[in-house]
Amino acid sequence: MNEVVIFLSRLQFALTNIFHYFYPPFSIGLGLFLVISEGIYLKTKNLLWLQVSRFWTKIFALTFTIGVATGIPMEFQFGTNWADYSRFVGDVFGSALAAEGIFAFFLESGFLAILLFGSGRVSPKFHFFSTIMVCLGAHFSAVWIVIANSWMQTPAGFEIVMGPNGMRAEITDFWTMVFNPSSMIRLIHTLMGCWLAGSFFVLSVSAWYLLKKKHIAFASASMKVSLIIAVVISLAQLVLSGDKSAKIVHEYQPVKFAAMEGHWKSGPAGLTILGYIDESNKKTTGITIPAITSILIGLDPAYPITGLDSIPVNERPPLQLTFQSYHIMIAIGVTLIFLSLLGCFLWWKGKLFNSRYVLWMFVFSVFLPVIANTAGWVTAEVGRQPWIVYGLMKTAEGVSPTLSSGQLYFSNILFFILYLMLFIVFIYVLNNKIMHGPESAETIDTEASLVKLPQKIRDVLDSKRKD
Amino acid sequence: MDLNIIWFILIVIILTGYAILDGFDFGVGILHLFHKSDSDKRISINSIGPLWDGNEVWLVVGGGALFAAFPEVYATVFSGFYNAFILLLMMLLFRGVAIEFRSKRENPKWRKSWDICFSAGSLGAALIFGIALGNLARGIPLDEKKNVLSGFTDLLNPYSVLVGLTAVSLLTLHGAIFLIMKTEGEMRENISGIVKKLIYIFISLYAITTISTFIYQPHLLEVFFKYIWLGIIPVMTLLLVLNIPREIHFGRELNAFLSSSGTIALLISLVAVGIFPNLVISDPVPQNSLNIYNSASSKNTLTTMLIIACIGAPLVVSYTIAVYWIFRGKVKIDKNSY
Repeated sequence: MNEVVIFLSRLQFALTNIFHYFYPPFSIGLGLFLVISEGIYLKTKNLLWLQVSRFWTKIFALTFTIGVATGIPMEFQFGTNWADYSRFVGDVFGSALAAEGIFAFFLESGFLAILLFGSGRVSPKFHFFSTIMVCLGAHFSAVWIVIANSWMQTPAGFEIVMGPNGMRAEITDFWTMVFNPSSMIRLIHTLMGCWLAGSFFVLSVSAWYLLKKKHIAFASASMKVSLIIAVVISLAQLVLSGDKSAKIVHEYQPVKFAAMEGHWKSGPAGLTILGYIDESNKKTTGITIPAITSILIGLDPAYPITGLDSIPVNERPPLQLTFQSYHIMIAIGVTLIFLSLLGCFLWWKGKLFNSRYVLWMFVFSVFLPVIANTAGWVTAEVGRQPWIVYGLMKTAEGVSPTLSSGQLYFSNILFFILYLMLFIVFIYVLNNKIMHGPESAETIDTEASLVKLPQKIRDVLDSKRKD
Repeated sequence: MDLNIIWFILIVIILTGYAILDGFDFGVGILHLFHKSDSDKRISINSIGPLWDGNEVWLVVGGGALFAAFPEVYATVFSGFYNAFILLLMMLLFRGVAIEFRSKRENPKWRKSWDICFSAGSLGAALIFGIALGNLARGIPLDEKKNVLSGFTDLLNPYSVLVGLTAVSLLTLHGAIFLIMKTEGEMRENISGIVKKLIYIFISLYAITTISTFIYQPHLLEVFFKYIWLGIIPVMTLLLVLNIPREIHFGRELNAFLSSSGTIALLISLVAVGIFPNLVISDPVPQNSLNIYNSASSKNTLTTMLIIACIGAPLVVSYTIAVYWIFRGKVKIDKNSY
């Protein structure tokens, strides 16, 4: 198989997925935020919270639209670039993907239409129900795709049989496939990453308004909710889901775990906080605290961890990339805890809304969860190499046999240009919406829909309502 | 009727739904450059503004369903038609970008450029879909591992290009009727004029395609000679097309739109009936063909998927109807429009 074709196919998958994954975490995180803020509005009837939920619904709609557009090529990439992989796993992987399309996508886009066009036409309770459905839809899309990906990390509920055109994996037990060893903890870890992205997004825009002395009441309210989400989730992410995820990786993918920790000699393992992998001298240079990894995994300073030296070179993933992206993710995770605790402390002291340095840190903090989410996926996917389905199929065997490198240069360049354009659209429209700001709380019309329908349609609907 | 046949029918239904829904988007796009004034162009874009995104959901669901039910076809077709498919995705995305970008600035050059992108993207996408349908009907060379042996230029054979042009003319007609539903006054008159011409163009191309099929692709017709009653499909198609000017004349726009939708559905089922039970016909080595049995997932998966579809389908249909109900009626431009 042509090495260039394999490399370019992997590059294309990495590029398009990284570009795509800017948007869904914001949708998922904002979805949760919308449910909370609209819930508070229904409880208190304070128009401030209506203002909050309506502004963020518009931002949600934007991230959703760009997420759909960038997601369409993902759906077909398994066929175009990874045909032999698709033939091998179609029976297992295809059903998860189809379920995602049917359940998540339609739920989300259907009820989003009610959020955008339905105010004043449906009761506030039904509107709230729709918000919950949109939030659920966004979460379901993560559910199915993470299940499918987890099956590639820790396959279960299948057998390898002779299909009509060669060996392939077939489902023997659907629910064992769905609840494979890593799927639930990886799902929680992914969703928490999304909630953090959403809450720091809200935090960032709110901090900017406060610095510019605009929409103060709106920004303070948004900031309080997002700060509470941020502090709870950032702590839970590291202590609960992060810890458990690492244990699962250690148990089922010891090679990946060794690469993540930069651990060379089988035996007790220390925790390297900062460093780099020196592959030629077979060691990891950096600041290492002895025995900590062994204690975290096995509750015993002498607990043995498989080292890289016991693994043949051709069975190892790219070490430096796996190690560094894992460490970037952890470093950001700790920074997010620090930032949100700092915010809560200042809030408690009553100084949060005029601490300019901290507010500026919040403005830029939106990039951190985005980088951490990307780094986390890079760790998971690069760390699984050389396998495409762990222990079952090598990545090189999955690529489409009919492709030439010329075709891949062509498609890589086209995708890059197009995704960049979509990214510009996103930034441009987002900037417009942020500059425009929320509707004023004094003049907000609870009966008017968020996006105005053409006049004639409004007339027709209004006449219906009067009848 | 076994599971494989049910899934063949379901995939055809999803793809037909996609062709009807995104089909008028393409048609509106192809006609876009024919509108003279900027306000006409804005009406044309706003007629599909809230709908095109949802219409493309059907493509995503179709792709997922094909992957799950017939993974071999999914792998073979998309890797084999790589360049064509990448171009198609580009065009679909470009249309979306153009719709969003066009209204952002008043500058006529800016708007003109995005108008061309929107129109060219729509035309290109419709043409590629049509050519793909032509190639599936005609058959493509597959090796014994079911990989496509031909290149990009082989796809542009005369028969497939003819099917492609027929598809373009039908979707343009379909889009024009949709615009008639959505516009009034002078703009409506102009489009009604175009509709009449488009009907002549479509019927001529349809006739040429039918004759070429008789001469060059007799394998598609075997089933029609075996079961003569299937001949009702092409006859119905012709009747439906001829019904379009009649409905427009009497001002029954919705009926005209349903007629063109029916035409699209019948033409796709014509091809589906012709190739059944194959999904991808191998030519010249027919034993390498992918049919609904040798390309399918296991019984277990097909059953699970059918349960998922039974839960999901009512949601999909009710969502589509609800959105179209909200956006029924003529388009008026206001400050929130594109």
